[in-house]
Amino acid sequence: MTNRQKLSLHIPVPPARPGDKPEFGGMRIAEAGAARRPDSGVAAQEIADLATTLIRVLDPDGRAIGPWNPRLDPESLRGGLKLMVLTRAYDDRMFRAQRQGKTSFYMKCTGEEAIAIAQIMALDRNDMCFPSYRQQGILLARGYPLVDMMCQVYSNVRDPLKGRQLPIMYSSREYGFFSISGNLGTQFSQAVGWAMASAYKGDDRIAAAWIGEGATAEGDFHSALTFAAVYRAPVILNIVNNQWAISSFEGIAGGEQTTFAARAIGYGLPGLRVDGNDFLAVYAATQWAVERARANLGATVIELYTYRAEGHSTSDDPSRYRPADEAKYWPLGDPLARLKAHLIANREWSDDDHVKAEKEAAETVRAANREAESFGTLGADSVVSVKTMFEDVYKDVPAHLRRQRQQLGV
Amino acid sequence: MATMNMIQALNSAMDVMMGRDPDVLVFGEDVGYFGGVFRATDGLQKKYGLTRCFDTPIGEGGIVAAAIGMGAYGLRPIVEIQFADYIYPAFDQIVSEAARLRYRSAGDFTAPITIRTPYGGGIFGGQTHSQSPEALFAHVAGLKTVIPSTPYDAKGLLISSIEDDDPVIFLEPKRIYNGPFDGHHDRPVSPWSKHPASEVPEDYYKVPLGNAAILRKGSDLTLLAYGTMVHVGLAAANESGIDAEVIDLRTLVPLDVETIVQSVEKTGRCVIVHEATRTAGFGAELSALVQENCFYHLEAPIERVTGWDTPYPHAFEWQYFPGPARLIEAMRRAMGG
Repeated sequence: MTNRQKLSLHIPVPPARPGDKPEFGGMRIAEAGAARRPDSGVAAQEIADLATTLIRVLDPDGRAIGPWNPRLDPESLRGGLKLMVLTRAYDDRMFRAQRQGKTSFYMKCTGEEAIAIAQIMALDRNDMCFPSYRQQGILLARGYPLVDMMCQVYSNVRDPLKGRQLPIMYSSREYGFFSISGNLGTQFSQAVGWAMASAYKGDDRIAAAWIGEGATAEGDFHSALTFAAVYRAPVILNIVNNQWAISSFEGIAGGEQTTFAARAIGYGLPGLRVDGNDFLAVYAATQWAVERARANLGATVIELYTYRAEGHSTSDDPSRYRPADEAKYWPLGDPLARLKAHLIANREWSDDDHVKAEKEAAETVRAANREAESFGTLGADSVVSVKTMFEDVYKDVPAHLRRQRQQLGV
Repeated sequence: MATMNMIQALNSAMDVMMGRDPDVLVFGEDVGYFGGVFRATDGLQKKYGLTRCFDTPIGEGGIVAAAIGMGAYGLRPIVEIQFADYIYPAFDQIVSEAARLRYRSAGDFTAPITIRTPYGGGIFGGQTHSQSPEALFAHVAGLKTVIPSTPYDAKGLLISSIEDDDPVIFLEPKRIYNGPFDGHHDRPVSPWSKHPASEVPEDYYKVPLGNAAILRKGSDLTLLAYGTMVHVGLAAANESGIDAEVIDLRTLVPLDVETIVQSVEKTGRCVIVHEATRTAGFGAELSALVQENCFYHLEAPIERVTGWDTPYPHAFEWQYFPGPARLIEAMRRAMGG
């Protein structure tokens, strides 16, 4: 013992806390266009470099460069931008509704809009999504009615989930959107099961799942990657690394030593690390993974490197644990601003167009909200019958629940 | 009809259902080529192919999660958890996910999955191969908990479970896989072939969930049991000279309260037996139900005979296991000494 060095326990700490100057200096940011794009049929072990670089397409001048440029047509890009604008308008309205006491809880995805929107554009309408709680853009991109989303948030008489779920925990089989759990990570390994089922049936649909970098520490993440690798499940396993799991920076989830995309390597899965605020890069990486899955080559892990620009939820105050203005210093910018700049650089969009799109989105949201509020808000009288509390526990209401319903007198 | 032990009956149930429904598939640790450590899935991979019955990584959480995803797709998976003692890594997927999926999605998504798992003691399995965790699952809204006690019931209940549109925890009393153990560990084991309930139809049939079985009519007291303890209870009834009515619950959720209440109203006395630990065990729920429903018919305090509130010990198997002697003592107490 005498000659040995004393051991010391390492506890990761983020580079900046409240009052400090925001610090992202240690971040390695590959230049746009620098990452190679192998054929999507490549062997996983040949692309370990793509799990540690950063796949980027948009350069600082808004030009799309390099082999990952998906060469999307301008109409699709404008559509994607408008959906991101709509997502932000929706978030702003619902956040305000919570502050007005119309609901208990809300979660914005500000800064992460490109992820859900671009990825849905790269998937087919019938592919199945197993989202975490910050991919509301999936529903918007698939045309799910805004009013229904709002009614869910308000737990009102028209809430498709009958007032049972916390706001934003949407569910829609029809729109290929799996019921959000709230227990982090559980959906990741379920998505693999869904994908295995699709392969078992000889279907051509694939699954996509999302998890936060924080929840990759859950056992479900390991289950998902193991099962996906073992059974070559046609699934895209997305890790949204938005730097913060409530107040814990990515280092607490194991982000100090390596990247989250690099987790894939040990499982023999391809891992792509992508600039999550680069709409084109997100689309291109997803498209690559989609191609691979459809060719029966199995799963791809994609780390979407981004930044949670707002609080974790309406219950959170991020200025308690990180510099209040940290978002402004995020080196990868804002996904809306970057796609907008790209379209403007290509003369496919203008500042006026953008203002108009924002106005339209705000009006769409306002109209939908008027309608949703007409069906009630949380705590108002307009809720589904309390009788329904006893339904859907089982397919049929069993005797003991019928008795309990009678005890409640409904 | 064929003579089957419980393993063969379970195997037959899966075989029948795989034959009837291409959406039924079976997976778990060692269940494929090898046919399971208890042989319950023997021959299924050979008969139905690799993709219908296959081995999984050692990851119970992943196994159940995969089943939930498949259920959401529209399949009807049966998974085996090798021992109930290993089910805890899957607890979150069972409790937070499978059990609540229908409710939280307002019926949009469901998990029609069957989770088979051998449970219970009497095999010198120590604390990792002997536990009885049924109360943990019976406590969870949205799950059904089923426990057979004979080959005939095992097959019929398993088919009902597979066809059920809700998630079912199917606990198999492994001590009686090969024969109806009555708790007399010092006597020769009797095989199922000598028991009438080993006569099992080879084809499809169901034993409905939620119906208890009265296995022995009696007038002195009501003995509530399930799994291996059914046979211990029958032995105790026959050896004690007490005319006990022995009820095999067969499913804990949904529970056949009516049969229990009718019996206790008739006998006025109730003894509950299970292998699981006592505190907050399923016997506590049964005791409360009997008290609530039959209070004015009761002539003696309700007795509970259970495993002790310790981990399951290896060397003290028979001091831990609630055998006929302890049960008869409790029955005598219930009869007033």
